[in-house]
Amino acid sequence: MEEAAVTDTASPKLDARIPDGPIQDRWDNHKFDVNLVNPANKRKYEIIVVGTGLAGASAAATFGELGYNVKAFTYHDSARRAHSIAAQGGINAAKNYPNDGDSIYRLFYDTVKGGDFRARESNVYRLAQVSNAIIDQTTAQGVPFAREYGGLLDNRSFGGAQVSRTFYARGQTGQQLLLGAYHALSRQVAAGTVELHTRSEMLDVVVKDGRAVGIVVRDLVTGEVASHSAHAVVLATGGYSNVFFLSTNAMACNATAVWRAHRKGALFANPCFTQIHPTCIPASDEFQSKLTLMSESLRNDGRIWVPLDPDDRRPANDIPEDERDYYLERQYPAFGNLVPRDVASRAAMRIIDQGGGVGPLRNGVYLDFASAIERLGKNTIEERYGNLFEMYERITDEDPYEVPMRIYPAPHYTMGGLWVDYNLMTTVPGLYAVGEANFSDHGANRLGASALMQGLADGYFVLPATIGDYLSDWLNTEPVSTEDDVFVDAVAAVNERTEQFLAIGGTRSVDHFHRELGKIMIENCGLARSREGLEKAISEIKALRAEFWSDLRVLGTAENLNQSLERAGRVADFLELAELMCLDALDREESCGGHFRVEHQTEDGEARRDDENFSHVSAWEWIDVDTPQELHREPLTFEYVPPSQRSYK
Amino acid sequence: MDLTLKVWRQAGPDAEGGFKTYEANGVSPEASFLEMLDQVNEKLNEAGEEPIAFDHDCREGICGMCGVMINGHPHGPQDGTATCQLHMRKFSDGDSIVIEPWRSTAMPVVRDLIVDRSPFDRIVEAGGFITINTGAAPDANMTRIPKEAADSAMDAASCIGCAACVAACPNSAANLFTAAKMQHLNLLPQGQPERYTRAVAMVETMEAYFGSCTNHGECEAACPKNISIDFIAMMNRDYVKAQFKNFARAGQA
Repeated sequence: MEEAAVTDTASPKLDARIPDGPIQDRWDNHKFDVNLVNPANKRKYEIIVVGTGLAGASAAATFGELGYNVKAFTYHDSARRAHSIAAQGGINAAKNYPNDGDSIYRLFYDTVKGGDFRARESNVYRLAQVSNAIIDQTTAQGVPFAREYGGLLDNRSFGGAQVSRTFYARGQTGQQLLLGAYHALSRQVAAGTVELHTRSEMLDVVVKDGRAVGIVVRDLVTGEVASHSAHAVVLATGGYSNVFFLSTNAMACNATAVWRAHRKGALFANPCFTQIHPTCIPASDEFQSKLTLMSESLRNDGRIWVPLDPDDRRPANDIPEDERDYYLERQYPAFGNLVPRDVASRAAMRIIDQGGGVGPLRNGVYLDFASAIERLGKNTIEERYGNLFEMYERITDEDPYEVPMRIYPAPHYTMGGLWVDYNLMTTVPGLYAVGEANFSDHGANRLGASALMQGLADGYFVLPATIGDYLSDWLNTEPVSTEDDVFVDAVAAVNERTEQFLAIGGTRSVDHFHRELGKIMIENCGLARSREGLEKAISEIKALRAEFWSDLRVLGTAENLNQSLERAGRVADFLELAELMCLDALDREESCGGHFRVEHQTEDGEARRDDENFSHVSAWEWIDVDTPQELHREPLTFEYVPPSQRSYK
Repeated sequence: MDLTLKVWRQAGPDAEGGFKTYEANGVSPEASFLEMLDQVNEKLNEAGEEPIAFDHDCREGICGMCGVMINGHPHGPQDGTATCQLHMRKFSDGDSIVIEPWRSTAMPVVRDLIVDRSPFDRIVEAGGFITINTGAAPDANMTRIPKEAADSAMDAASCIGCAACVAACPNSAANLFTAAKMQHLNLLPQGQPERYTRAVAMVETMEAYFGSCTNHGECEAACPKNISIDFIAMMNRDYVKAQFKNFARAGQA
């Protein structure tokens, strides 16, 4: 086997602190090597956790159990509402309960390969290692995972995995896991170890002498802007798919926390690695506010097809078998309808782009359950997917038991995020990023049922074990006072920006700019990207940003609940992040995972990776809004899973 | 579709509120109810009037953030449907629609259609959890759980915490929410060691904020997740049995 060439020496800013030794031993060795905070000293520390989704709630709860003083912040009215709650399909673990040949090593291998060889081997191995403990933990919390009649846990195969390693709770796995974490967090709130701030949005990270010392928060009800200081700050604020405006993310999902951290010195890694999910309900009109995901698990039993003749306008059920093109089964006989997300999305997009789409706007492909219903019976299908079918019917007014679903690819998840080392610390000491907010485990493409696994791995098991390494240096030091100049200045800057939004007094709403940005991004930095399109997008984003700052209209005041004002700040940050995504996509002259550059494809339209030149993490450093960001590289080496062309044929 | 909306506007918790009438013209029947409100807000913003504030987030019926009274029905006319999943095709051209926030003393209006549901969190903090620290769990398959019990727990656990049950109840009772949260855990073997203390703590916290249940059943009818009032009966049974327990000597047995 040939090792991928190292493309560059590591930037001195990017010390990933990956432990030595055989990969199986690295996490154990590391836990032994890092400094600990002894139990009696933990109460002397303050930790801030921003975000109460899976990663944030699990981290805050676990810190509280360990004895730290925690302040947790969420912009929702309750810690139970984060978008983790919408994850449907399931959570992976290497339990091998079905006895079908799974192992930690196989989960590790599949994840590295599925990520198209752009993730760190050591991080991924650790993720696979702790996956089993997550299932134990959440089951003990009362998460009602699906069970067999004998009372044991049921597993299913998911998203192209060749083993059944996915645990699920109907189509509501994210909801149930989040409730588990929320319960654990609530217990700590009652115990007084966690102070929970709801309807509170973080608007800046405060840095003193190069390390994170606190945050600035706006109370979304009263408008009051306040500072909170701590020994360490953890960002668990999710991904940035809403940069595309139409995505499967919840309406409030945003990049403000990570972007503010980025502007304060945290490097942003692989911003162009975004995931377009193949099974979403197609948009029906221009007022659509978001796209709804239909769980990938549907591909286990549904067959994807389009009419052979693109002009065939007959209702789906009138089109005979031999006039249908089951294109995934045809192109990828080994994996068929279960190819990974990026492959399935691109195949659908190719067909739709060539005019072969179905539905009134011709923007979908069929996902057909007729043969599964015939084989398994309607009851079984209802048991497996009942709530999804119902959701589909609510939105489209079509009954998927009778006519095939129509599906369409939509932005769903962002593999990119803040660069973190093996301890999950960003390039700003004392500032951590967990869950979707960091970049570390999924490379260029995330496998189905792995987001929940990573969020909970980070929050329950990884960060609580690594944070002591940093904290131990600050034993018996008080957090920086919020009276300190750094806090006073940060609060003033936040207030000034808020006043700016209100003072523009233009004519266009925040949503107008968000929608326009989304169009630019999905067209040029979505499923397929080209040099020409990306360069055009960058100039359009700059123009739109200028227009935003001169023609935005936000009514009302900053002294009470003002949803337009909240959104203005988020869209202002998206307008900067979008440019960086395009810059990163331009720089990465290869196709890998979710990043598909049309210039780099094989003859049959598959992604062509360039391991010679791009086997690295791209981490970008903020300079100022008018200066292109500086690129740092962390080379990736593959000792255990030799890079190969992914083939699902 | 052309619609007339009567919307509750209230600048803040202590401000006086009132209905304002807005015309919503050219609404697509394919739009969701909240997308219709988005369009109204867009026009209000253009006209220089502050947009209507309403809670919403996932727009997939799972986060529980949204919810308004629509013509007197929590989440509107369609059974088992949260406001965000309600589509305008369920209305007719020319309809008048009255839109109000949830009404309950325990959940005061924050602004316009937004209310403060934080008492729900207090009920969970009182005992709506299983006491287990991270890392202390046995193997997940060590305890077998009858499928029926797991399925029933899942039915209860489907609660999205939207508070439609409270809004629907003539007494502003939160029994359906509390029962769902409690029975999710009380039905499982993992929930047994704290079963009866949980019942007492959650019920008593609930009663500190909300009215009493008199078995109207409006909550079940309004629930966007169709959660059964059977769980209220199960909660009551656990609460009554708890009164006869000697926790100090016998634990929850």
